Amino acid sequence: ISSLLGEDKTQSKKEKKMALRMWASSTANALKLSSHVSKSHLSPAFSISRCFSSVLEGLKYANSHEWVKHEGSVATIGITDHAQGHLGEVVFVELPEENGSVSKEKNFGAVESVKATSEILSPISGEVIEVNKKLTESPGLINSSPYEDGWMIKVKPSNPAELETLMGPKEYT
Amino acid sequence: MRGGSLWQLGQSITRRLAQSDKKAVSRRYFASDADLKKTALYDFHVAHGGKMVPFAGWSMPIQYKDSIIDSTVNCRVNGSLFDVAHMCGLSLKGKDCVPFLETLVVADVAGLAPGTGSLTVFTNEKGGAIDDSVITKVTDEHIYLVVNAGCRDKDLAHIEEHMKAFKSKGGDVSWHIHDERSLLALQGPLAAPVLQHLTKEDLSKLYFGQFQILDINGSTCFLTRTGYTGEDGFEISVPSENAVDLAKAILEKSEGKVRLTGLGARDSLRLEAGLCLYGNDMEQHISPVEAGLTWAIGKRRRAEGGFLGADVILKQLQDGPTIRRVGFFSSGPPARSHSEVHDESGNKIGEITSGGFSPNLKKNIAMGYVKSGQHKTGTKVKILVRGKPYEGNITKMPFVATKYYKPS
Repeated sequence: ISSLLGEDKTQSKKEKKMALRMWASSTANALKLSSHVSKSHLSPAFSISRCFSSVLEGLKYANSHEWVKHEGSVATIGITDHAQGHLGEVVFVELPEENGSVSKEKNFGAVESVKATSEILSPISGEVIEVNKKLTESPGLINSSPYEDGWMIKVKPSNPAELETLMGPKEYT
Repeated sequence: MRGGSLWQLGQSITRRLAQSDKKAVSRRYFASDADLKKTALYDFHVAHGGKMVPFAGWSMPIQYKDSIIDSTVNCRVNGSLFDVAHMCGLSLKGKDCVPFLETLVVADVAGLAPGTGSLTVFTNEKGGAIDDSVITKVTDEHIYLVVNAGCRDKDLAHIEEHMKAFKSKGGDVSWHIHDERSLLALQGPLAAPVLQHLTKEDLSKLYFGQFQILDINGSTCFLTRTGYTGEDGFEISVPSENAVDLAKAILEKSEGKVRLTGLGARDSLRLEAGLCLYGNDMEQHISPVEAGLTWAIGKRRRAEGGFLGADVILKQLQDGPTIRRVGFFSSGPPARSHSEVHDESGNKIGEITSGGFSPNLKKNIAMGYVKSGQHKTGTKVKILVRGKPYEGNITKMPFVATKYYKPS
């Protein structure tokens, strides 16, 4: 077990215990050792792993595994490392048009992996000001860089109070 | 044919799509881990990074450390080793085993030379498919066959019921279900060279569809040159206590080029090869003629019948079936099972039964059924994915050329 948990000595006992509990409850997660943790550009405040997926500080999270990065009047949205890990290799992404609108907890697109399709729900409401066009050619960016190059849409939030209802990194984990 | 009902796995994963409030993988498909059957290679899979999922009542690896896409490509470049021990192998024996089996399948079993086999279909009274299977005539008094894991209970009950009736009329037939053996599939360009290291028999003389009982890696194996990928390869029935050693030996002899490959890649490979998955592309209400398997109905059988549903099937052979299985290319998101197929004017002409992204062709491929008359290659169609139409066209299968080892 210790070899699966890795040699990260900065993990606290509590984090190790939590990881162990999660491993025990879902063996498939334990087998998916997130190699993406080392690949993606993590912010310096990299924190606890959720079943070995990475969860970043500074982001808000929805129960349905989307993340939101709020910077000034723009909110960037994508799906978490945990979500992309479960989906497997993404082969197609369906995104809304720019200037369209999204609503909190409503579906705005879909992510197709080799074996399955998943809807993506918007954590907040607002106007879509930009869509990540790179995902048309390279849908795999969602797997290799779920928090950075794999971002999906940028939204102008219509109701900033919604951000307060989302989870922080600790709650998401 | 084979690989069993991957649709069951597909259902549990794509159930997420119907859940409008959640997007993540529902953990509930891990809930009944304790009830799942394990093959002889279970621990071996786990030790090699296998991601185990429930499949037809078994815990099977959907993939390993490499991605499904990489795994699928590697099979055609190097080779793959699959654990298909969940499938059910059985032997029919006795003086009348051949005429007995002929009452249940469309193949010309009597016409098979000893040591040869073929894909066939078990039919029901309505001419629909109960299951597909690779059957082999070992000798005139021994037939070896493999049926899908997801259809095991159904098939065995069906065979047993008919066997009882056949015997009550004085027929000599009995069966043995090979639960003491494990089936492994070795596929790809390296399959034959690697396997040759493990046996003294000259594999260059064993052609596609042929069968031999021989010593491989120190144990007596049933070897059939067949598979579910379109590549040259073998299915090896090995005594279960030797299964792990055989798997290890195969991987070692290939110096790591042949990789353990899971069900995810197996499904992509068979789709690229244009092969049916029972439960998706073939079901109780679909006949072998509709499924494009007329070639599997023996010539003599087409004249004589004598199998369940023969009247329906013979009529379809005469008049042509009303629907036909075809292949599709499409743009946009991959077409999936149950997506509607429309003609260019928007009229529904059919339905997709299997689809996905082809790792080797790097485009979407699918198979499904369309109305006869609309089935010609090149026909432009629209495929509805999540309510939106996307351009597509009908194409021939296999999508990737097959490489079966046949005499030149």
